Amino acid sequence: MSTSTDNIARLVQGEYKYGFVTDIEMDSAPPGLNESTIRLISAKKKEPEWLLNWRLDAYRHWLNMCLPQWAKVHYPPISFQEIIYYSAPQKRNDGPKSLTEIDPKLLETYEKLGIPLRERERLAGVAVDAVFDSVSVGTTFREELAKKGILFCSFSDAVRDYPDLVRRYLGTVVPPSDNFYAALNAAVFSDGSFCYIPKGVRCPMELSTYFRINTGKSGQFERTLLIADDGASVSYLEGCTAPMRDENQLHAAVVELIALNDAQIKYSTVQNWYPGDEEGKGGIYNFVTKRGHCRGRNSKISWTQVETGSAITWKYPGCVLQGDNSVGEFYSVAVTNHFQQADTGTKMIHLGKNTHSTIVSKGIAAGHGQNTYRGLVKVMPGASHARNFSQCDSLLIGDQCGAHTFPYIEVKNTTAQVEHEASTSKIGEDQIFYCNQRGISTQDAVSMIVNGFCKEVFRELPMEFAVEAQKLLGISLEGSVG
Amino acid sequence: MTEPILKIRGLKAGVVDRSILNGIDLTIFPGETHALMGPNGSGKSTLAAVLAGREGYEVTDGEVWYAGKNLLELDPEDRAKEGLFLAFQYPVEIPGVNSTYFLKAAYNELRKYRGEPELDAADFLNFVKARVKLLELDESLLRRPVNEGFSGGEKKRNEIFQMAVLEPKLAILDETDSGLDIDALKIVANGVCKLRNAHNAQLVITHYQRLLNYIVPDRVHVLSEGRIVQSGDKELAMELEERGYDWLTKEAATA
Repeated sequence: MSTSTDNIARLVQGEYKYGFVTDIEMDSAPPGLNESTIRLISAKKKEPEWLLNWRLDAYRHWLNMCLPQWAKVHYPPISFQEIIYYSAPQKRNDGPKSLTEIDPKLLETYEKLGIPLRERERLAGVAVDAVFDSVSVGTTFREELAKKGILFCSFSDAVRDYPDLVRRYLGTVVPPSDNFYAALNAAVFSDGSFCYIPKGVRCPMELSTYFRINTGKSGQFERTLLIADDGASVSYLEGCTAPMRDENQLHAAVVELIALNDAQIKYSTVQNWYPGDEEGKGGIYNFVTKRGHCRGRNSKISWTQVETGSAITWKYPGCVLQGDNSVGEFYSVAVTNHFQQADTGTKMIHLGKNTHSTIVSKGIAAGHGQNTYRGLVKVMPGASHARNFSQCDSLLIGDQCGAHTFPYIEVKNTTAQVEHEASTSKIGEDQIFYCNQRGISTQDAVSMIVNGFCKEVFRELPMEFAVEAQKLLGISLEGSVG
Repeated sequence: MTEPILKIRGLKAGVVDRSILNGIDLTIFPGETHALMGPNGSGKSTLAAVLAGREGYEVTDGEVWYAGKNLLELDPEDRAKEGLFLAFQYPVEIPGVNSTYFLKAAYNELRKYRGEPELDAADFLNFVKARVKLLELDESLLRRPVNEGFSGGEKKRNEIFQMAVLEPKLAILDETDSGLDIDALKIVANGVCKLRNAHNAQLVITHYQRLLNYIVPDRVHVLSEGRIVQSGDKELAMELEERGYDWLTKEAATA
């Protein structure tokens, strides 16, 4: 019960605890976006010409694209010329050579966030790449991983050190022309994480990236590229926080996963961007494109996400199941409270034979929150004996919120089996009374019922993340009942 | 003189547009088991709900004293923490919430309320396992989500199991025997009997005399149209089994 007691204490306080701002000198580009902004970013990062041209192509494409209008979210138009597209902690000389050279204030920030960035915390056993505003500030365990041939570093370092790998895979899962925000990201992305697991290697520890937006009016556009070569496997964690600000900030990331023959990738996210205040002011716009490509036979990509933050969430981590017998999974908990809006789900594209996919989505809406599941299951003509199972459950708390489910199913092969189950429930008064009659308060009862509702998803999270996710859920639903 | 555990005086209650309880008087002392019988719709379950503090019922008159406290002024969870336990007629399912976790939460709420230190998971598990043995219950119940996928009998047994863990001062058993086969009935009744002592009391609500063969009551009351129309000892229950309720309800109507 002690965890539950802690939960109550946190429920009572309940405010966004990552809302602090780190006072640190930043090297920022002026607001606005044009070709010279992109040249500036590319020059700051000393990028090769092919990458600059790739960015410029993406930018020119973006200029002709329209904002996606189909999502069930509402927000005032974003002024793309007022955003700062590059913001980096100012470097003392030529950038940190090792973790000991990183600005202590940054380390302090990450410590506040509970990220074991320093080597002395090696016992935590998680290799971390930390991205602060636009740039990656430090990667732990890099050398130890290198002994196994695992490459784990910031995207910029990867461009410099492993240009062939980057060039071979970049944009092959999410092409720059994929959608409006993916194109914008391709044009202006400033850093991110890169990971390559060589043939037959099982990554011995969880790899992790923590993203933090610090500077006001800045956007964060990071890019993650993760490749598991034949027979490799890796579990990857991603966490996100931001300071509390009145204005809305844009986060438009791209994540590309590639699994070759017999490779397995597990990608877990606990997204806790600042959600805005109780009146719906401020908060992050989280417009993210995440996609995994099961390129090889018997490969498997599994997405697990717990989305409690952001004013608006727009993301559909999906899998393209190209290799025969490949497997795609999507486990999601999305919470919207106060005035948060989420339009999230997945895409499972079955191309190969005997490909399987599983979707388990749990949406929780409280306050005035609007929670939408949007998912596509597509079985192409060549995908004989493809199977999908989808389960979409919504839980409503109160009578001002909304839950919506939009499943799209396209089947072009007669041997395919597709199942979709959906349910919508309210936390019942009889459930609450049952708990009350056993001495459990209404607030605790709700927390308990919600955690029970999400159990199938939490089970998929790595241990430490599961605990964090449960606590987050309690905090985000604070004050939603009674 | 011993203080009663429960003292109900002139209790009238109902739902929005309908009166269901029309003046109940009932006193229960420590160490006593009372049976409340009566035909369908006579108000038995309503009385249980009002005592437990369920929303949707309005008390229009009368008073209820529980262990010296004005029961009607307490929140449902505080009534529970004061040792009032309701074994539900229809226990609800709480999907995904582990039974042991749920019980531990409930048990520690009680301990906190009494100013006792909470039990950690390991100590609680040892304590619970001992209780399971006492009641001859299946230990696998502990690992399953609260009532989810339980058969009707399992749900009822689980209620008694929770009662065994929480050790209430006053246990109200709302038709715990309905839907039980004879073996399950014996197990449940046996559990209840083992938990009886000089300091606690039970109010057993039932349709049938059968349960009272196993849980022998000190007093039997017959409820009809929201009033107790007859009280007696266990022989009354036998008589009801033979003659039905008609003669009593008619008597009450002509009286």
